[in-house]
Amino acid sequence: MTRYLLRFVALFYLAFLLVIPVGVVFRRTFANGFGVFWDSITTPEAVHAFKVTLIVALVAVALNTVFGVSVSLLLVRRNFRGKRVLNLLIDLPLAISPVVVGLALILVYGRLTPVGEWFGNRGIDILYAIPAMVMATAFVSLPLVVRELVPVLEEIGTDQEQAASTLGASAFQTFRRITLPAIRWALVYGIILTFARSLGEFGAIAVVSGRIRNETQTLTLLVHERYTNFDQEGAYAISFTLAFIAIVSMVVLTTVRPKER
Amino acid sequence: MTIEITNITKRFGDFVALDNVSLEIPDGDLTALLGPSGGGKSTLLRVIAGLETPDDGSVAFSGEDATGLPPQRRNVGFVFQHYAAFKHMSVARNVAFGLEIRKRPKAEIERRVKELLELVHLEAFAHRRPSQLSGGQRQRMALARALAVEPRVLLLDEPFGALDAQVRKELRVWLRRLHDEIHVTTVFVTHDQEEAMDVADRIVVIANGRVEQIGSPDDLYEHPANDFVMSFLGPVTSLNGQLVRPHDIELLAGPEPGSAHATVVRVVRLGFETRVELLVDGSDVWVQTTKETADRLGIDAGCTIHVRPAADAIRPGQRQPSPLASPVAVG
Repeated sequence: MTRYLLRFVALFYLAFLLVIPVGVVFRRTFANGFGVFWDSITTPEAVHAFKVTLIVALVAVALNTVFGVSVSLLLVRRNFRGKRVLNLLIDLPLAISPVVVGLALILVYGRLTPVGEWFGNRGIDILYAIPAMVMATAFVSLPLVVRELVPVLEEIGTDQEQAASTLGASAFQTFRRITLPAIRWALVYGIILTFARSLGEFGAIAVVSGRIRNETQTLTLLVHERYTNFDQEGAYAISFTLAFIAIVSMVVLTTVRPKER
Repeated sequence: MTIEITNITKRFGDFVALDNVSLEIPDGDLTALLGPSGGGKSTLLRVIAGLETPDDGSVAFSGEDATGLPPQRRNVGFVFQHYAAFKHMSVARNVAFGLEIRKRPKAEIERRVKELLELVHLEAFAHRRPSQLSGGQRQRMALARALAVEPRVLLLDEPFGALDAQVRKELRVWLRRLHDEIHVTTVFVTHDQEEAMDVADRIVVIANGRVEQIGSPDDLYEHPANDFVMSFLGPVTSLNGQLVRPHDIELLAGPEPGSAHATVVRVVRLGFETRVELLVDGSDVWVQTTKETADRLGIDAGCTIHVRPAADAIRPGQRQPSPLASPVAVG
């Protein structure tokens, strides 16, 4: 009895929170046919927003992959002072509102601050340009790779790595031949989550991008712009595309990922 | 290749795992590090392999200092209790790992892997994954993998600890034979005294981070240095406050010089051996005797007999110097 109740509650909750709203977006998107939808997502602004979104997301994913793997190894394989603080810091982006992150970046990298000025004098724009957008996106998606890797690293333990080292493998060889294959699916999963989260970031990006059309406008910003300009169909079309990319990457992952053991 | 361990100390926080341990392991020997869990024997093995860094002291292989060398440059073979199989590689690739790291030619790797798999009787399993092998097979694979790089010394950390009793016995006979074939200096850690006595040429008894005694299995059994070694290697019972092996107690029908009154509590017949449980001066004593002696004396629960330690009874601390036992530096 409890079994069914639990299932019902879980499905009911998901239905109202997730399935129905997303479903309605899907339906509204194609209300006027595929042609209208296609025209709506291939306008010059939309194509540009695609590019910006993709660049920002890919750079953020690359940064967080390297950072995530190193920090996970640090957290699981090493003991040091301040480990708990580091652990806490990794989770901070989950707790802090992205808008706050955006404002904080403005305080540090704005043109009137010493840091912003230093870069500005060298012709590099941080704020209202790609660098700040990458930083904001990387920040909000920071925990995802780490939180996927840490439990897997804990589970595989150190025996295999130690065995490799006694067999003559250097630290890097051990990582590449033993550790990386063992964590590869968790890493892929973390990367996809990071990518999906990066595509969808709005709050922090809204603050630090300056929302300059055809320059720093991302897909989520475009959705917002169209919606506030009473172009609901246009907003739904982009929303659908965003959700579609995220869902497809998750589905591909779950089908490709082998059932382990 | 001899292993010289000099004044090794290793602490984990407040816990002293190894307390100024010195030891020399002779070339070509099969040596057991024997002792209770938490006594420091595994830590010592890991220090030899370079998997732990000692706080103090040095490790040398045939006179060549290795204390500062990382494990990958020590050229030791290490076998872990839980196999440490590379799960994502086939059995053959596991065995080939060390050779691939050393960038040996492909043909040579292939030939060597084949040889080793034959040596450990796994030639039919070359293309399996470790998860498809039994525990005993996995450990043999781990051994082949360790031997592939022609290590200077072979170190085994409770190699049979995770296996069931039957496989354990088979594998230790097999390890002994393998060692007689390849003669690589081998050190293995165990907490099972029977396993140590069965397999090793020499036993190093380690407890509380110190070496208690070093010697051949016979030597340790016959001439234990102290109560601890005596009770760890073989059965003991206490007669008038003295540790005695239960087969070193004489059962007598009447009083004789040095004998004591004993009340028989229970007689357990275990085939050839008979176990007599006694009460002497209010404390429990047990004696191993033969069925014949028990029958001759007509021993049964409730009757009174007389007991005394045999004249040649093994006593702790009465060590006779043996050629196998090198001087121990303790403390």
